[in-house]
Amino acid sequence: MSWLLEPLSHAFMVKALLVSALVGGVCGLLSCYMTLKGWALMGDAVSHAVMPGVVVAYALGLPFSLGAFVFGVGSVAAIGFVKQKSRIKEDTVIGLVFTGFFALGLVLVSKVRSNIDLTHILFGNVLGISSSDIQQTLLISALVITLLLVFRRDLLLFCFDPTHARSIGINTGLLHYMLLSVLSLTAVAGLQTVGVILVVAMLVTPGATAYLLTDRFDRMTLLAIASSVLSSLLGVYLSYWTDSSTAGCIVLAQTALFLLAFLFAPRYGILQGHQPQP
Amino acid sequence: MSGRLIPPAGPRIEVEQLCVDYNGTVALYDADLSLPPGCICGLVGMNGAGKTTLFKALTGFVRPSHGRIRINGQTVLAAQKDQAVAYVPQSEGIDCNFPISVWDVVMMGRYGSMSVLRWPRQSDRVAVRDALERVDLLPLAQRPIGALSGGQRKRAFLARAIAQRASVLLLDEPFNGVDVRTEQLMAQLFLQFRQEGRTILISTHDLGHIREFCDLVVLINRTVLAYGETSAVFTPENLARTFGGMVPKP
Repeated sequence: MSWLLEPLSHAFMVKALLVSALVGGVCGLLSCYMTLKGWALMGDAVSHAVMPGVVVAYALGLPFSLGAFVFGVGSVAAIGFVKQKSRIKEDTVIGLVFTGFFALGLVLVSKVRSNIDLTHILFGNVLGISSSDIQQTLLISALVITLLLVFRRDLLLFCFDPTHARSIGINTGLLHYMLLSVLSLTAVAGLQTVGVILVVAMLVTPGATAYLLTDRFDRMTLLAIASSVLSSLLGVYLSYWTDSSTAGCIVLAQTALFLLAFLFAPRYGILQGHQPQP
Repeated sequence: MSGRLIPPAGPRIEVEQLCVDYNGTVALYDADLSLPPGCICGLVGMNGAGKTTLFKALTGFVRPSHGRIRINGQTVLAAQKDQAVAYVPQSEGIDCNFPISVWDVVMMGRYGSMSVLRWPRQSDRVAVRDALERVDLLPLAQRPIGALSGGQRKRAFLARAIAQRASVLLLDEPFNGVDVRTEQLMAQLFLQFRQEGRTILISTHDLGHIREFCDLVVLINRTVLAYGETSAVFTPENLARTFGGMVPKP
């Protein structure tokens, strides 16, 4: 049991475990909508695009989540604008816009005088998370969970059949932007734990894992949250005992759970002889 | 939704001088149309003739650049809030791997009448059960939507429209890839709907089905070329204009 309890004698480990578990849970919940809506690439884009926002917010002494939020939503608006006004395909526009934002972030980090550590943004720093960062994460998580729970049926319908949603008078434009705002906020929270580069794994993998295990949305949400929280806890322990990258360990744990589902899922695992439907 | 609907004072659907364009490309211009309560109407045109655009305008998905639409004498927005319009999609446009049961799909027809949290009340459950019974899917209610055949899936979406208690039903190619059993059931349902005062607009390019099922027909080729009684509208000249000289075999 000492392998389980010994790390808990360090305050930083307790904090890291709690924060990663919380962020994991929030990302797990959101990941269901991301995978069903087909927004994985959008999640990647937004999580990279928040980077300049973080730097600018630090430089101005504002909460970094505010800057990240503005740039996250801004990147999506930019993607929508370029797509609408040009003949370029959406995936190209997404790739183009988010790398542009990300590059701006890199240049700003090296030019703006601040105490930001680039590696912390890129790869997360949950073992050294500050109290104010924890507060922001708590606030973001509470807001995101509330929105996703209150609008869970509407969002499900929005993912499944937006035409029907619209025809019964549901404001799909509002849902679209709400989901994007939630995505930006969650990307900021995820940035704390696993950093800009790997946050997309938190936003996609748990949902994909759960999707292989069930045909019920409610169960999918619970499974995604469970697998995500479990991966966060496993990852933090793993990184403690192997003295390796926390972000890497968390995402590896998620990938491992996905592989288990991919192989052994009762109906959709490949070892059950499942053939995908066209 | 047993029982008749109270008919509106005027027509069920009224479209006047409707124009829709997408970034300058005209999809539909000067379209006029008036459909009474309690009719089955076919919407016939080639691909790209504006059938989908008309549906999108009636469901509020595109805003007309000109002209006006009235449903039960109301604007599209007000009609939506009244749950008056139901859209039954082509099953091909739906993600069949979506983790959702038949029951939940039909329950989505009730969302518009529920509170913000969309918690089903007893009356919603009754409506869903009745709708499933009418399309003969009650035994399959708990199956995932992906486990149904094409025809059964079509019936599930029809059940959603029934549960919604809509007075206007828009059906996109309802006869595409359905089995004989479903086709018979749909024909029966359409007749019941008409009797109840519902207006059904069926988009299709299959003229045989139109002759069989529809009282009225609308011919469309970027505008409404003609509409009225099927026998009166289905003239060789009209069909030639609709299909650009190439009339498909009935």
